[in-house]
Amino acid sequence: MKVDLPARESGKMIWTRRHLLGLEELHPQEIVTILDMAEEFTDSGGNRPRKRTNLRGKVVVNLFFEPSTRTRTSFGLAARQLGADTIDFSSSGSSVSKGETFIDTAKNIEALGIDLAVVRHSVPGAPHLLSQHLNCGVVNAGDGAHEHPTQGLLDIFTIRQVKGHVEGLTVGLVGDIAHSRVARSNIHGLLKLGARVIVCGPSTLIPPTVERLGVEVAHRLDDILPLCDVVNVLRIQFERQRSGLFPSIQEYSRLFGMHSERLRRAKPDLLLLAPGPINRGVELTPEVADGPNSAILKQVKNGLAVRMAVLYLLAGQPPEA
Amino acid sequence: MNILCISNGRVIDPSQNLDQVTEVWVHGDRILGVGPHPELRADHTLDASGKIVTPGLIDMHVHLREPGREEDETIATGTAAALAGGVTSVACMPNTEPAIDSQAAAEFVYLQAERAGNANVFPIGAITKGRHGKELAEIGGLVDGGAVGFTDDGAPVVSSEIMRRALEYCRMFDKAVLSHSEDLELSRNGVMNEGFESMRLGLRGYPGIAEEVMIYRDIALAELTGGRLHVLHVSTAGSVDLIRRGKQRGARVTGEACPHHFTLTDRCLRTFDSNFKMSPPLRTEADVQAILEGLKDGTLDVLATDHAPHAPEKKMVELELAPNGIIGLETFLPICIKALIEPGILTWSQMIEKMTINPARVLGIDRGTLKPNAIADITLIDPTREWTIDPTQFRSRSRNCPYAGWKVRGWAATVLVGGVVKFERK
Repeated sequence: MKVDLPARESGKMIWTRRHLLGLEELHPQEIVTILDMAEEFTDSGGNRPRKRTNLRGKVVVNLFFEPSTRTRTSFGLAARQLGADTIDFSSSGSSVSKGETFIDTAKNIEALGIDLAVVRHSVPGAPHLLSQHLNCGVVNAGDGAHEHPTQGLLDIFTIRQVKGHVEGLTVGLVGDIAHSRVARSNIHGLLKLGARVIVCGPSTLIPPTVERLGVEVAHRLDDILPLCDVVNVLRIQFERQRSGLFPSIQEYSRLFGMHSERLRRAKPDLLLLAPGPINRGVELTPEVADGPNSAILKQVKNGLAVRMAVLYLLAGQPPEA
Repeated sequence: MNILCISNGRVIDPSQNLDQVTEVWVHGDRILGVGPHPELRADHTLDASGKIVTPGLIDMHVHLREPGREEDETIATGTAAALAGGVTSVACMPNTEPAIDSQAAAEFVYLQAERAGNANVFPIGAITKGRHGKELAEIGGLVDGGAVGFTDDGAPVVSSEIMRRALEYCRMFDKAVLSHSEDLELSRNGVMNEGFESMRLGLRGYPGIAEEVMIYRDIALAELTGGRLHVLHVSTAGSVDLIRRGKQRGARVTGEACPHHFTLTDRCLRTFDSNFKMSPPLRTEADVQAILEGLKDGTLDVLATDHAPHAPEKKMVELELAPNGIIGLETFLPICIKALIEPGILTWSQMIEKMTINPARVLGIDRGTLKPNAIADITLIDPTREWTIDPTQFRSRSRNCPYAGWKVRGWAATVLVGGVVKFERK
């Protein structure tokens, strides 16, 4: 692919950004750069990548304004594996209830001498706002229903790892598309790399305008399952049922849950992803979640490598010779 | 005799179908007449060469925030902003703290406006006590206190029964009911227009239909009761169409458009900048075109700003938490010139009509005209002066303006209120 961006690294690696806010704004070659870099951090053999020094002397802060365990842990470990010092800041309260705006909170923490802020927030655009007010780099670790770029990247990384390529694959995204940041990051990333994307879920949870992004819309999982090389099963939040968007968890599970009988309609080598945390027995039955098609735990491991790649590209130095 | 002659200006007064270069004669706080008056000798003259001379502009949709939220705006700062925008009369919305739902509250507004000594302020009274939507406010008392219309703006009147009775009751005083048309269940406290852009950004959408179903209801209630309905801040193509058809059936309904709804779209939210967040929200290009068409064919009678100040620290937060609203008084005229005059959507007369006599008629106030013996509120506009919008220079206490950096043409050069020059651009 021809790219007219200046290369920060030598060779085919292209990276000039200070922030990673979403996959929508990335050039396809930038996505490939992150994936290739993540490859470097996926050491064969051992359980986790070898410890490095690329971020030695750097400080990475996790600024989490919304509860999270796996993303926060993954970013924290990724930073430490690269030799960075890490700080954890969590606050479930909104800026208003704290009496301090979240920009002030972030500026105060930045004043400690921060190189990168990893931001999780329930409001779309919050990391973008911080990127305008802070001097350090900002990584979006999930902003409301907008984007979750590192999750999208690790899903795509896993697809590429298992299938060998992304272009030409048919990927089904199943579940609550309307409220899912994972769906949006997957859609942007997968389309940029040439995959065909079908979104499937209840019509109340798929905004009709989503087709304008270039995806296909389906409401019958059994119809699209035979077409898919990959299915990414999104978590359903039970509060959506209480707000009247679907009648019951049981009906959701019957229409859109992935169970072994339904799986028989799929290609034998179907790759099954779930960004988790999953509701066992709702989106996925236990035997499917733990079965041979599932790459759920592989995703978690790849998440570490992808986040190391992102942190490295945004703040890292080449290791001293 | 203390006579002022404003000479050589292009005098545009739609209340008299007037558009010609001539003189305007002022005696004290009143208009003496327009045109040559050889029998009069001027004590003072104001050369208006190259300027447009109009009745003082009226902005019938302004939030002055006083009492209760003086950190956002006061009656003094809001009326200073009005003058700088060429606006000599504002109607202020009753969503203050406490609400303007009593005669005393309405009289307080007049008192503060008089102390400030800037533009005229006409309070709009609340429809319901405390704007809670449960019981009618003392509308008769509010009228005695000088209220010129009624609304719970900021919020809709959810109860159809209360809205019906409000229209019936206000008819007795020949006052309009001003509808903030929003079905709260459909709008879901949405952050922006529901559509492609909200889907992309993952932001909660406020669909156009939430506005339209309420406008449909309120026009039907106006037809049932014979009451007079004014639809505030029309933002969708469907709403324009409902008002157009209501007028064709003979309903007593008028419509209002705000500059942001015909100059900006929901694409602006891609910046996540809360200065593009207001209610109703910015819609799509098709809605913009329909509003322009509605202004052109007269479906939309009034131009107003929905000036809604919020202190910077309140706006500079996460988009979902930021309050709705933008300021508009000091950009009203140039933005309307840019969007309506420059592309030839409206003539100057048509635009000035929607900023003067039309809102005066909706509110039933004796302004918006240069007819003899009218109060001498006059705006001199320099229609060609080019400038760049810089909110840091505004008189308003707040800075939540979406037009920062826009290059525009035209501003108020000299503004008279009651025959006295209250604002002059150096």
